[in-house]
Amino acid sequence: MTMRQNLLFWLLLAFTVATCAFLIVPIGLSLLAGVSANWQLGPSGGLTLRWIEEVWSLYSGTVVRSLVLAVACLIADLLLGVPLAYVLARHPSRRARAIEELIMLPVAVPGLATALALIILYGGWHQFRGSSSFILVGHVLFTLPFMVRSVLAVLASIDVKTLEEGAASLGAGPWRRLATVVLPNAKPGILAGSLMVVTLSVGEFNMTWMLHTPLTQTLPVGLADAYASMRLEIASAYTVVFLLMIVPLLILMQLAAPSAVSGTAARGGK
Amino acid sequence: MNVGTWRMGRGTNTLAFVLAAPAVVVFGAFWLLPMARLAVFAAGGQLGWAAYLAVVTHPRYLESLISTVVLSAAVTAATLAIGGIAGVFLSRHRFPGHGLLVGMLTLPMAFPGVVVGFLVILLAGRQGLIGLLAQALGAGKLVFAYSMTGLFLGYLYFSIPRVLLTIMAAAEKLDPALEEAARSLGASPRQILQDVLIPGLKPALISAGALCFATSMGAFGTAFTLATRISVLPMTIYTEFTLFADMAIAAAMSLVLGAVTWLVLALARNATGAGVAAAA
Repeated sequence: MTMRQNLLFWLLLAFTVATCAFLIVPIGLSLLAGVSANWQLGPSGGLTLRWIEEVWSLYSGTVVRSLVLAVACLIADLLLGVPLAYVLARHPSRRARAIEELIMLPVAVPGLATALALIILYGGWHQFRGSSSFILVGHVLFTLPFMVRSVLAVLASIDVKTLEEGAASLGAGPWRRLATVVLPNAKPGILAGSLMVVTLSVGEFNMTWMLHTPLTQTLPVGLADAYASMRLEIASAYTVVFLLMIVPLLILMQLAAPSAVSGTAARGGK
Repeated sequence: MNVGTWRMGRGTNTLAFVLAAPAVVVFGAFWLLPMARLAVFAAGGQLGWAAYLAVVTHPRYLESLISTVVLSAAVTAATLAIGGIAGVFLSRHRFPGHGLLVGMLTLPMAFPGVVVGFLVILLAGRQGLIGLLAQALGAGKLVFAYSMTGLFLGYLYFSIPRVLLTIMAAAEKLDPALEEAARSLGASPRQILQDVLIPGLKPALISAGALCFATSMGAFGTAFTLATRISVLPMTIYTEFTLFADMAIAAAMSLVLGAVTWLVLALARNATGAGVAAAA
């Protein structure tokens, strides 16, 4: 390396590290503020778990509801999305592409529009409107394409059709082929999709804010409430609770998903 | 054709139908049908079908639309520049801590907008780090979380990870030998950037840019937390819906916004032939 190239390397490294600091420092601040007795005094004011306890007593219901919703959303996406992805991979056609495009719409269109549409058509059905399943519907619409795309990417990359023909020539029926050929091969895609779905569901706010009622608050809805009405330490502590839930999922995703992510990119390139 | 293929040919169509039907039915009942109802509902207000034009004919909505477009365009330009520089750098150099740096840069990818808004408050709000530091240095109170700058920072925050990932993936596929060749032929770093890197990364820049722009246009949580006086379009729609209860206008504007974000993504995909998806 020449001197000039060397200088350029260090400049670019400094730039990249500064960008990283912009993303990470605020997370550090919320961790610190969440355990500081008094944020204005800084660390010298002492550390405490009081705010975390307070958050738990005020908002534990939202944490539980978000977890239950995420699991329900995952189950729905597995039941709806995996079979659909299999069909789309197995019968690539114009119609299959159109379906893939259509189910992507709730992601391309702002959540606000989908939420308004649901409220206007189904809002009068009070039992449904007031329950968590109203939110669940929104979450399923929003996350389904991620499951479908993730599974589809894996199935497209392994040429599931040839594998199935092999199994069929050996006498395996359609259900047996699904269970012994398709599903085991789709596993990495299902895993990556599942992590994505749970992460997105736990963090979904735009739709949920419109779809929730005071009795069906989720974690992000509770966060918005705390940001507007609670002292900074409590809001920070609540954010810490949220980060504790979501960051492990994101790290798992980074560890598990590279193959699926690059698979999606490769497939999209066609 | 052997027996197996023949046997597959028969049951597969019914099987395909049975397997695809649940998802298609759920999607139809809970998205297509409500959206169709919303489209008709939007025209049922005082303005009739003209409600769809209100966003450009009504000064307050137009102002909101313009500030949203300007903000989103500025965020997209800044994110592409930052993500482009950092992304190419990270894909071309390996050094100790490389993986950790990439991990940290992509970590906030799925943070919801509300949380991003709060992180901006911690950075630049009334009790934020920047304000406290400025005060300690005797520069007076420095608070900009609740202004256009605050929104800009927040949108930048949630855009960087995704753009960075897209650029990195594209840069990995771009042969470094091209840059080497240009360099050995005496090209300056600037010429390499202009004539090798930017053309090579163009599809990735377009798709990442479209994704960033569409996400910014539809972002709601960050503006909601920052509670700024600048009404970005999603906030205007929300206020119209809840405060003024002009549901037809809110419905029309949300459909127009949805059509715009969808169009941006579709155009980018046509231009690059690559799959693009937004996640706000």
